[in-house]
Amino acid sequence: MALPERKESATELRLAGLKLPVGGCTDAARESALTRVRAMGLPSRRDEYWKYTRPDTLVQPEPPRAALFEDGETPMFGDMDRLRVVFVDGVFDPEASDDLDLEGVSIDRIADLCARDIHWAKHLYGKLEQAGQTPVERPFAALNTAFAKDGVAIHIAGRPSKPISLIYVHESETSDALLHHVIRVEPGAEATILENGPAAARFNKCMEIDVASGGKLHLVRAQGRDHERRAVTHVFARLGTESVFKCFTLTINGMLTRNEVVVELTGDDALAHVAGACVGDGDFHHDDTVFITHDAVGCESRQVFKKVLRNGATGVFQGKILVREGAQKTDGYQISQALLLDGDSQFLAKPELEIYADDVACSHGSTSGAIDEDALFYLRSRGVPEGQATDLLTLAFLGEAVDEIEDKDLAAEIIGRVEAWLLRHH
Amino acid sequence: MLKINNLHVKLEEENKQILNGVDLEVAGGEVHAIMGPNGSGKSTLSYVLSGRGGYVVTEGSAVLDGHDLLALEPEERAAAGLFLAFQYPVEIPGVGNLTFLRTAVNAQRKARGEEELSATDFLKEVRARAKTLKIDAEMLKRPVNVGFSGGEKKRNEILQMAMLAPKMCILDETDSGLDVDAMKLVADGVNALRDKGRGFLVITHYQRLLDHIKPDVVHIMAAGRIVKSGGPDLALEVEHNGYADILAEVA
Repeated sequence: MALPERKESATELRLAGLKLPVGGCTDAARESALTRVRAMGLPSRRDEYWKYTRPDTLVQPEPPRAALFEDGETPMFGDMDRLRVVFVDGVFDPEASDDLDLEGVSIDRIADLCARDIHWAKHLYGKLEQAGQTPVERPFAALNTAFAKDGVAIHIAGRPSKPISLIYVHESETSDALLHHVIRVEPGAEATILENGPAAARFNKCMEIDVASGGKLHLVRAQGRDHERRAVTHVFARLGTESVFKCFTLTINGMLTRNEVVVELTGDDALAHVAGACVGDGDFHHDDTVFITHDAVGCESRQVFKKVLRNGATGVFQGKILVREGAQKTDGYQISQALLLDGDSQFLAKPELEIYADDVACSHGSTSGAIDEDALFYLRSRGVPEGQATDLLTLAFLGEAVDEIEDKDLAAEIIGRVEAWLLRHH
Repeated sequence: MLKINNLHVKLEEENKQILNGVDLEVAGGEVHAIMGPNGSGKSTLSYVLSGRGGYVVTEGSAVLDGHDLLALEPEERAAAGLFLAFQYPVEIPGVGNLTFLRTAVNAQRKARGEEELSATDFLKEVRARAKTLKIDAEMLKRPVNVGFSGGEKKRNEILQMAMLAPKMCILDETDSGLDVDAMKLVADGVNALRDKGRGFLVITHYQRLLDHIKPDVVHIMAAGRIVKSGGPDLALEVEHNGYADILAEVA
């Protein structure tokens, strides 16, 4: 089916400014992805899944300028023992990174996959992204597969002693970064991956995660505080039998963020928890789009998303649970909630359930509301000043999402960042 | 200590007068009880004194130890020494009871220019006070009032009162929803705090509570005013005869 003319020309305009990396063993995957981008076209506001989030600044050939921002805070996850893998405006920086040497893990740049003959990664690159295009198209992810300039393949075969920390530094006001990572967790292996930083003026990131039977992966992300940055990210995860995938994302500031998480539970008794907390003030648009497919017996999935919005900030949640025929004993849960700190902010939510099995438990809920006046008065009547009482209730509101982080030190770090944001916004 | 003078209050949302000239004075060391039929304005009085929104003071004053209460924010009233034990304590999911208590204690100390209590000193005191109120460690860790029984909520109110050491305590139907044993426990907690520097205003429907917390003065409130005041015997009279006789007498 031919694309509408406007969509086709916008897509071609964007593609004209990009160069397909060649000479690697990802060539075939990239070419296939490019064909798919051309066929589906980059999103426009008329598309069902882009009704609430304007894609134009993500589609236009050049990114809008984004001022650099010195946050003055201690580096995120800075106190933790971690293996640092640094990207500056979307390009790996070996000087700033640690030696990529950690027992139980091997890390290689996507560009080096052929030379090092890393078969698993060659086969994974673009594979889960492509599978994740049905039934909902995700054109920016296909664009990423085709044009990603850099990224790493992380192979987890054991239980590394510390987290792998992907750090995204933003140094150019006009950078347009496309990063693509592939991750394989072997049976019984377990690791934590951290991600933080604003990355670029415009950031398109795609992560494909394959967790084998009994493997566990924890992903904790903190998107940088640069006010003017824009980001569209995709996580595609495939979970084998009795595997675990837990993902938490903190977003503080940022004019535009679209985080898509697409999980397919393919082995029995697997577990996926996807959570996020965001706090936004003013010119802030945050979109969580989640799609979880249950395609095996006895799997559990949880989606927990909390948004704190003020001064005209906008929050979007589009979350779906699809339970395929035969995926009996599915336990699915989804909650999305917004705390609107004033009357100018808005929360747009589209929860969806689609169930083809008859022995499942699925629940979903979505709410938006102001601070509980009774609770606020109760705290104030005990002597807690209004601002502090509001902060306490705001942190409590985000608590259910932050609680999804298994590591208590990481959770404490996340809470600390939110507390600092609240104090700055009194 | 607390001096309420000719207090008139109406609802903010509608033109409905609730209090019609309340006069009341509680001295340090005294326990005053307020009784009265439903809708007489007892709870409104407690809310207006503590600063809850939704009410407009049209006339009169309320002064606590030189502080013009009505000009202060709720948190400032608390720091000035006012405490309201709620009839329906509010559940606050996600805020731990200990965090809440410590935040409140230190916020008040800060407001008064006092040094904050260290974590160790705070824990020591809260554990000791919780023990006498039969509040276990588990209850202290749980979110504020969430999943607490009626009795546990009221004991938690008294624990807060003990930790905050206010000058003036208002108890709004603290006996409601309590069985006999729980009432005794709560009353013992209140009696332990009786002190010549501290006043109590006990709002109740029933004389029963006043068997345990013995008042110095009993007031009868009706149609937004105090219509009769007397000694503890007045509560017994209400218990036996209801309000009809008293109301007829003052009408």
